[in-house]
This record gives sequence, structure tokens and C-alpha cells, in this order.
Amino acid sequence: MTWKDLNIGCVITEPGNAAEYKSGDWRSMRPIWDKDRCIQCGVCYIFCPDAAIYKTEDNYFEADLYYCKGCGICVKECVTGAIRLVEEEE
Amino acid sequence: MPKRVGMEVSIAASEAVRLANVDAIAAYPITPQTHIVEHLSEFVANGELDAEFIPVESEHSAMSVCCGTSAAGARTFTCTSSQGLALMSEIVFIASAMQLPIVMILANRSLSGPLSIWNDHTDVMLVRDCGWIQCFGENGQEIFDLTLCAFKIAEDHRVILPFIVNMDGFILSHVIEPVELLDQETVDKFLPVYKPVYRLDPDNPVTMGAFAMPDLYTETKKAQDERLKASKPVIEEIWKEFGDLTGRYYSPIETYKAEGAKTLFVTMGGFSETASTAVDMMREEGEPVGLCKIRLWRPFPFEDFWKAVKGVDTLIVIDRATSYGGPGGPVASELRSALYTWEDAPKVVDFIAGLAGRDVAPGDYKKMYQRAQQRIASGDIAGYEIYGVRE
Repeated sequence: MTWKDLNIGCVITEPGNAAEYKSGDWRSMRPIWDKDRCIQCGVCYIFCPDAAIYKTEDNYFEADLYYCKGCGICVKECVTGAIRLVEEEE
Repeated sequence: MPKRVGMEVSIAASEAVRLANVDAIAAYPITPQTHIVEHLSEFVANGELDAEFIPVESEHSAMSVCCGTSAAGARTFTCTSSQGLALMSEIVFIASAMQLPIVMILANRSLSGPLSIWNDHTDVMLVRDCGWIQCFGENGQEIFDLTLCAFKIAEDHRVILPFIVNMDGFILSHVIEPVELLDQETVDKFLPVYKPVYRLDPDNPVTMGAFAMPDLYTETKKAQDERLKASKPVIEEIWKEFGDLTGRYYSPIETYKAEGAKTLFVTMGGFSETASTAVDMMREEGEPVGLCKIRLWRPFPFEDFWKAVKGVDTLIVIDRATSYGGPGGPVASELRSALYTWEDAPKVVDFIAGLAGRDVAPGDYKKMYQRAQQRIASGDIAGYEIYGVRE
């Protein structure tokens, strides 16, 4: 986007387009779930500050990597230690 | 033919705001701007002006409220001075970035400390780079005219920027002068109802004042700079239209007896009138002096300035603010910079004078002229001199 494409006063005319912003680009570590330890309690889902964790069809949980910043709060809060962070590779 | 009436300049300024039929006013009283706020609140209370008058607990809130009302599509006015401007300055920069066409009269007063309520330009120089259009008036009539024009310029869809009309505190704000007002019908024709490009509207939601990441901030600043620079031809067009309507024409740079002058005084605001008297006096004595008045301070009218000073040997700049430890007063520093690439640029001799209401009489201009000759002869024209300071 060039400076000429900006609206007057940088007004944004499309409501809710912050959802397009890929905060997943900030991530250097990615959360991984160990299904053997997961008790499907949903604590990770509740604590995720970006609402970037969703429930899968088989009732486990995964991160939406478009938004997940890899902050590790889910890892810290997980009751059974089922989530760990792994290095994000290029 | 409209009648000239004697009135305090603050009252004339309030009359301009009333005639502009503003929708919202938020202001906090501060000397020497108080009479404007008081008078406007009376207009609203008496039903002479159909506007929301929003009393606030500080100038920070005044400017915040103005941003809100302007964003909602209301023609918005505020006025302040000195410490009030300093307190609202955080929001002043946001108003221009969000392109909210608020009009503000700034009754120029020195900044504390020491505490002083008197007139100079230290307050406006605090927000020199705030991105608002900024102009100076030198008498009551000009304040009235420029305030009316300010609304039309600020709200023009080619501009959409906030506007500061600088009015010297006390030496203008509290002085009774003959002023020719306009009737409501004429003003309504000149200044139609404000039509915002974007406004806060639940049926048409928009985001205003959004966050910008490093990959966009630079573009927003470029857009803001270009927008302010592009306002200049519109300012001139609207001042011309006002001139055709009233016979009172305004230009970004104005000169007085500049023809054949070897030396020009450079002034802004109310000092220009005294400087004109000084020029008359010195011309009678055979000195080749004239006057260059900067009316439009932002966007700075470089072309007009170059045209006005071409062929002149010396510019004596009267600065009314100090840049402590800097290269000179803010005006002289800018003029030197504007002339830097000129092969035969006039010499710029800078005097800081008239701080916090200290009088600068016509005789003082003569003394500054003589002192400038001495400084040029001794090669001492870099930097600045604080005129009249007791050593």
C-alpha cells in the first residue's frame, strides 16, 4: 500500500478487517499437543489471549497458525502438560 | 454596506464563530482567551447560537471532545492559550493525523515559567510541527475574517485539516478596534453547511484513529505532509473568494513598502502593525526599509517568500520565541534554511524581541536596524541577539 492509497485521516471503511492481519507472522515457537496426555478440558482454549485455539472434530485442540503468536500461555496453563513449544523452522 | 463597529477583538472573534454557525464548542477558559469562551457560552445560553457548548475540566479534554464532535460530523470550534495549548498538545497532533477540521483560535501567550500571562509566540512554536494549518492575524478585522475563512478552508474536501488562527494575546484579544462584521446571509452563502467525507455513523461504520505498524506509519506521515502542502492553493483560492466578497484580500506573504527596500523587517501577527509605523518613520528619514509579513506559517509559503525577498540585502527577523541552545528563533532558523541554496541570499539578522508582553515600539525597530548594520559590519550575523535584554 502506498501513501496515495490511504483514505482521508487514515479512516478504515471496511469494518472488522483487523481479522485479515496475520499475527501468526510474529511466531518463533509453535505449540504442539500430545493427544495421549490431553484430557480435552479446554483450559488452553479458554486461556488463549488471541482466541487462536480451536476444537477439532475429535474434541482435541489445535492452534490456528494464522493468528497464533506462539506466546506459550497454553503451555503454561495446560493441566496435564500436554502442550509443548517447538522451534518454528523457516 | 456593512457598518464598522468598535468592539473588543475577542468579541469580534466570537461573532465570527457565531456567524459560522458552529455545531459544537468545547473549551476551557484561560487568560487571555477567556472573553471568547465567555461570549460564546452566552450566545449558546441565549439561544443566539444553536450549538452544543461542552464545558470541560481541562484543555486535554477540550481537544478530545473536539475530536469526537468533529468525527461525528459537527462543525467544531475551540480556543486556548499557552499552558492550555501545552496541556492539549497530545491531542492536537492526533486531530491533524485524523484530519478532523477543527478550528482553533490561539490567543498567543508566553509559556511558563516563570508564570506569565502576557503575549509572545512561545505557545504556537510548541506545536509548530503539529500538522495544522496555521496563520496569523494582525488586527481585529483580520482575526474576524481569517476565522470565517478558516472554517471554509478546513472543511474543503481538498483539504480536511484542522486550522489554528493565531491572535496575539492582550495586544489584540483585549483591544477595542473598529471591525466590520458580515451579515448572516452573506456568511451562509460563503460558508455552506459542513459535509464531512467520513463521519461516525452507526449505519455506515468506519474505523478512525487506528493503529499503524512500522510498515505503514511512514506512508501515513508522507500522506499527511503532502496533504498539508496541497492545502496552500485552496487557502489562496478561498482568501481570494473572501476578498472578492468583502474587498479584504489576504495572501500567505504580504509586504509593506518593500519596493526599492534594501532591508526588510520580517514579522508575524500583531507586531506587523507597529513595524509598518516604524517603516513609515524610517522611510521618511530616507532609510531603504520595508516589511515582510508572514501570514501563513503552515504550510510555509516558500515560493511567495522567495518572491518577496528577491533582491533584498538584509532581512531583520523579529522572533518572538526562543529555541534554547539552538540556531536562533524559530522563524529566523526556518528562513535561513529556506534561503540556504540561494547564491545571493539576503543576510538574515535575527532578534528575539517582545517576549512575554515586553513592548517593542516603532523606535525599537530603528534601534534593531542600526544594531543590524553593526552586526553585519562586524560579521556577527550568525545566531541571534535577544533585543533589549539588560546586561
